[in-house]
Amino acid sequence: MTSSAMTGTYLSEGAGPRAWLLTTDHKRVAWLYLVSLTAFFFLGGAMAVLMRIELATPAGDLVSDDVYNRLFSLHGIIMVWFFLVPSIPATLGNFLLPLMIGARDLAFPRLNLASWYVFIFGSLFALFSVVAGGVDTGWTFYTPLSTLYANGFVSTAAFGVFIVGFSTIMTGINFIVTVHTLRAPGLTWFRLPIFVWTLYATSLVMVLATPVLAASLILIVLERVFGIGIFNPDLGGDPLLFQHLFWFYSHPAVYIMILPGMGVVSEVLPCFSRRPLFGYKAVAMSSMAIAVFGFLVWGHHMFVSGQSAYAGVVFSFLSFCVAIPSAIKVFNWSLTLRKGEISFETPMLYGLFFLGLFTFGGLAGLFLAALAVDVHVHDTYFVIAHFHYIMVGGMVTAYMAGLHFWWPKLTGRMYSETAGRIAATVTFVGFNLTFFPQYVLGFDGMPRRYHTYPPEFQFWNVLSSAGAVVLAIGYLMPLFYLGWSLFRGARATDSPWNATGLEWQTSSPPPPHNFKSMPIVTRPAYAYDMKGLEHERFSPHLEAGR
Amino acid sequence: MSFGIPFFPQEASSEASQVDALFYTLLAFSAVLGLALTGLVVGYAVKYRVGSPADRTGQRSRNMWLEMSWTIASLIIAFIFFGWGATLFVRRDHPPADALEITGLGKQWMWEFRQPGGQREINELHVPVGKPVVVSLAAQDVIHSFFVPAFRIKQDAVPGRTTHIWFIATEPGHYHLFCAQYCGTQHSEMGGWVTVMAPEQYAAWLNSQGEGETLAASGEKLFRVLGCSGCHGASSKVRAPALEGIFGRPVALENQQTVIADERYLRDSILIPKKEIAAGYEPVMPSFDGLIDEGELQMLLAYLKSLSPQPSAGTKP
Repeated sequence: MTSSAMTGTYLSEGAGPRAWLLTTDHKRVAWLYLVSLTAFFFLGGAMAVLMRIELATPAGDLVSDDVYNRLFSLHGIIMVWFFLVPSIPATLGNFLLPLMIGARDLAFPRLNLASWYVFIFGSLFALFSVVAGGVDTGWTFYTPLSTLYANGFVSTAAFGVFIVGFSTIMTGINFIVTVHTLRAPGLTWFRLPIFVWTLYATSLVMVLATPVLAASLILIVLERVFGIGIFNPDLGGDPLLFQHLFWFYSHPAVYIMILPGMGVVSEVLPCFSRRPLFGYKAVAMSSMAIAVFGFLVWGHHMFVSGQSAYAGVVFSFLSFCVAIPSAIKVFNWSLTLRKGEISFETPMLYGLFFLGLFTFGGLAGLFLAALAVDVHVHDTYFVIAHFHYIMVGGMVTAYMAGLHFWWPKLTGRMYSETAGRIAATVTFVGFNLTFFPQYVLGFDGMPRRYHTYPPEFQFWNVLSSAGAVVLAIGYLMPLFYLGWSLFRGARATDSPWNATGLEWQTSSPPPPHNFKSMPIVTRPAYAYDMKGLEHERFSPHLEAGR
Repeated sequence: MSFGIPFFPQEASSEASQVDALFYTLLAFSAVLGLALTGLVVGYAVKYRVGSPADRTGQRSRNMWLEMSWTIASLIIAFIFFGWGATLFVRRDHPPADALEITGLGKQWMWEFRQPGGQREINELHVPVGKPVVVSLAAQDVIHSFFVPAFRIKQDAVPGRTTHIWFIATEPGHYHLFCAQYCGTQHSEMGGWVTVMAPEQYAAWLNSQGEGETLAASGEKLFRVLGCSGCHGASSKVRAPALEGIFGRPVALENQQTVIADERYLRDSILIPKKEIAAGYEPVMPSFDGLIDEGELQMLLAYLKSLSPQPSAGTKP
């Protein structure tokens, strides 16, 4: 990035590794995360592609069973903790939260930088586990397999996840305090962009749930290293206790991952429809409802585990309840398009694809919450398809939407619109080809985590593997055209999409302290139906007549 | 499209058709709602694309009536599916009293079954058509899961406890048996076949397997070999609780509590005898933890259960 034409921006404020690695500017910390998370995304993705190539034939001919088990374990561990959980909050959230609320930085800039170092330190343990010989417990670390019978580097991987948890908690605390204390004058709670609401909700879950994960992982290490009986029945422990602890974190973690994605889409859809978000308050409140209800449904991962059938009934009921706020959001997003002026730039394409994939992933959730059906499809490819529709089709698609939407703000450059639209479409096609067949496979009874499988399942597996190659191309393309745009992209204007939101009121890229003067907010979010709004937000005397 | 490409799995148990009825209803509902939403979004995207002549007057960004009605409609539909799924599910806890009792043990990486007559099978399970079958599951090492897709049933086998699954097979044939819970290196090899046979053929098959020793009979031998009968036997000098008819009965404990002597209690009393001491007895019993394996424990439990008159398969308190 040449700085000559970008003087006075956060990018030109000092070059060299020191200026980046010791920065406390939230915008630069966001870049540190962006680069690290991109590396993890492609590492985890490469493992997935290897697995899909193996599964193109029923026999285990490409890699051995031990290697296959390590591949899916590390794919899960890396994608969940080293990509999905931090992805939107630590990159886009870090960059945008202060800009969106008119603040100079996060409440604790040094804590923010520290969180990245903790993240990197923890991820080194995980990478060590990969290099040293891998982990073969699955990302779920179920006991007693993980404590007594697994022969991989379980303790180091678990310890890595444990450490990364602290970085998550640091980010969560920082966001909560920032939203409470640093909002610009006039920016009331119900004027906040939904992206801020979802970051807030996700931060609450991070702070409340992550310590439970930390506790359960430490208990695993204690049992593995010191032989203290917690989960091992031979020592008087209970293997199901681990599942309760693990899912008490890991189910809310699903909402940690998806909520910020919902936030991004709630920014993108109104902008490219030129309409305010339909039912703003319902969308904001349903984010909070998801954060609260998300804590009460962990037992739906355990319907056939030996847990009491009546506990299963209660968890099934609560799981159906948590589906309601998600359904409300889908209806609201869809209605936002009504009577708009819709254009189809790359972020909007990703946003619309999110809407479709999230809907079809969420509907599959109803099957899984229905007890008798879950008994059949639990631990099959149906579950794999469901959570990839939500986590990849939903969350990663939203991440791509956000990355393309705010790329001009992050870099001051425009990318090739044609390349962007092609990549979005290739991703959408590749995704459905990869994961839709897995719904059929699951209903037909193919269990997950199978290195080999009966030949009658091959047809759908071949489709899925072919899809994985297309999907990989879709994800690799942005690496090239976004990379290219850094050096050769056209200069971005301050608000290339003509969007509302304080982040678009400052320069692209923003100055080191975000705003040249204190912004004052006089309008609700998404005021796309009000005329001439762009520069009014800085003028307190132009109190909108409403 | 049936050129060897599976769409719909076989239905081979009484449970299967009922689960499928719910599954296909959910599928129809999801297809209608999903396609309607897709149609709506695509329709809006085309109709209100930039520069289109569509009428845009009367814009609204909230509509209380509409929002309330879709919230309430979602709730009602969710509760219907919840109730339907739960009704089918709770039957898992109530196997018919006359069910055939088979014992299953999961270990890395095989399933071992024992027929009521004592015939043993590895990775094969023979059952008669039309008769309820209860499989009592235990695990030797890690968690496994007994999964027969054609029956639409699945149950984890968990170390340190006994779990149950029951079914009525409806179609003679050969069906996949899988381990559904990831259990280590050869997880995907852990499985085999369930063979459903006409009752006469099943009886003939049992005969051809020879007179096996029943699980309870093996348990009785073990009861003597391990020295249990030395204290719990009728002529014993050491005072220990008599075990005739104990299974399923309440037991008064030293700490004033009362527990039902179910499989969990008997298992714990053998492995952790100091945990719940029967009232009026000295806690002199040694632990057998580490001395017997899961298979031997199943034998002892079967023997103790056989001392109670009523059929007791899988009934939980």
